[in-house]
Amino acid sequence: MSVLRAELIKFRSVYSTAWSLLSAVTLIVGFGILYAMVRVSRPPADPAGFDAVGVSLAGVQVAQFAVGVLGVLVITNEYAHGLIRTTFAAVPQRVPVLAGKAAALAGVVFAVSLPAVVGAFIAGQSVLAAEHLDVSFSEPGAARAIVGAALYLAVVAVIGLGVGATLRHTAGGVTAVFGVLVGPQLLTGFLPTGLAEDVYRWSPAPAGLAITTVHHDSTSLAAGPGFAVLLLYAAGLLALGAWRLHHSDA
Amino acid sequence: MIEATNLTKRYGDRYAVEDLTFTVRPGMVTGFLGPNGAGKSTTMRLILGLDRPTRGSVTVNGRAYAAHRTPLREVGALLEARAVHPGRSPYHHLLALARSNGLPRSRVLDVIDAVGLTELARRRAGRFSLGMQQRLGIATALLGDPHTLILDEPLNGLDTEGIRWVRGLLRDLAGQGRTVFVSSHLMTEMALTAEHVVVIGKGRLVADTGLASLIAESGHSSLEDAFVDLTGAATEFRSPARDGADR
Repeated sequence: MSVLRAELIKFRSVYSTAWSLLSAVTLIVGFGILYAMVRVSRPPADPAGFDAVGVSLAGVQVAQFAVGVLGVLVITNEYAHGLIRTTFAAVPQRVPVLAGKAAALAGVVFAVSLPAVVGAFIAGQSVLAAEHLDVSFSEPGAARAIVGAALYLAVVAVIGLGVGATLRHTAGGVTAVFGVLVGPQLLTGFLPTGLAEDVYRWSPAPAGLAITTVHHDSTSLAAGPGFAVLLLYAAGLLALGAWRLHHSDA
Repeated sequence: MIEATNLTKRYGDRYAVEDLTFTVRPGMVTGFLGPNGAGKSTTMRLILGLDRPTRGSVTVNGRAYAAHRTPLREVGALLEARAVHPGRSPYHHLLALARSNGLPRSRVLDVIDAVGLTELARRRAGRFSLGMQQRLGIATALLGDPHTLILDEPLNGLDTEGIRWVRGLLRDLAGQGRTVFVSSHLMTEMALTAEHVVVIGKGRLVADTGLASLIAESGHSSLEDAFVDLTGAATEFRSPARDGADR
């Protein structure tokens, strides 16, 4: 508990946190509105299959990079400045430091993202209303998608932390997070169709993003299982980072 | 009290320190001396459990460092003055460390005052001069009111007033019965501050003795001459010898 308090103080006392979160909020709301405007200008042929919730939450797919990078920075910054040695001298067990960082990061990212996602939903629906494509909060699955979008961003931040703890280097960590979030999808272009569909379905971002949509399509996992897959990736990467912290010289 | 027994650390096929056995006792300032690359910083990292020894062991106040539940209350360390987040203020830097070891906020304010950073407590540390960062590093070491202090080159970047202040501080801390283990390149300064010296060269122990007897036994009149003599064979980087034309 004391380690969590320490990590929260560190987290909120640097500008990079505020900047990353501000850009995430801007991207969530801004891209949600933008994408809704694009869809209004080109109305769907089949309105019944139109995912008004998913469209307004599309900004999450851009904002994920901001929070992923924030997750990397939270630990690679300490390596870059040599601060990690001071941190580990204070908490020689080391792994609680990573757990404290994960909890602080996930909690704050969720708390900041949730109102942004709600704002994106409201703004997006008001744009979609021009073509009568809008839905309300009571739309089945809408509440789950909104909360799920904030949860998705919190988990992506933790993935960034796991990658950062494993690689200990900002540039490498940022590159790797982009790789985790978009790499597998890019790879599918080179694979035979059947395999490509499987790779896409089980990749971290497509699996996790299913929770932000209401109309489930056959190319991705359902919301619940998809989010579980994302959590498994996050847990795996965090465990890898913890193993590296525990076994290497600081 | 710091006790190292056959302490050995190998990086790849190179020994950074080899078979170091020494004891740093409470109640006096012990200088830790050695040429560049002798293994002083490696030894300090091993004492703090940051690097794992290849062989041997080291204890602080009777236990391995990592076995202390709130290590900042036992051992205060300054390894690298620049090891702060440049965007974070001294106050928040110290407050986070204090919280991690269950220390009260009042300790943070006390050590900030003690090192003379009161005016700068809320400023971003990245803009500080090396001397100011050194003061923050010393504040970090003092935070838990520890019985043992481990300071790597605490005088780097300090002005005359700062050097005099650290000299007095180290003597006061030792006078209170604490263990003070401090490395420095400045032999004249060590001669003024340390009562006991541990000298290493190329990772091996060269001397572990009282300052006065080290100088006496060397046949020289100053610590600096005695040091050059002792570590001459164990110096990693040597300045080019001056030839007769320079004189």
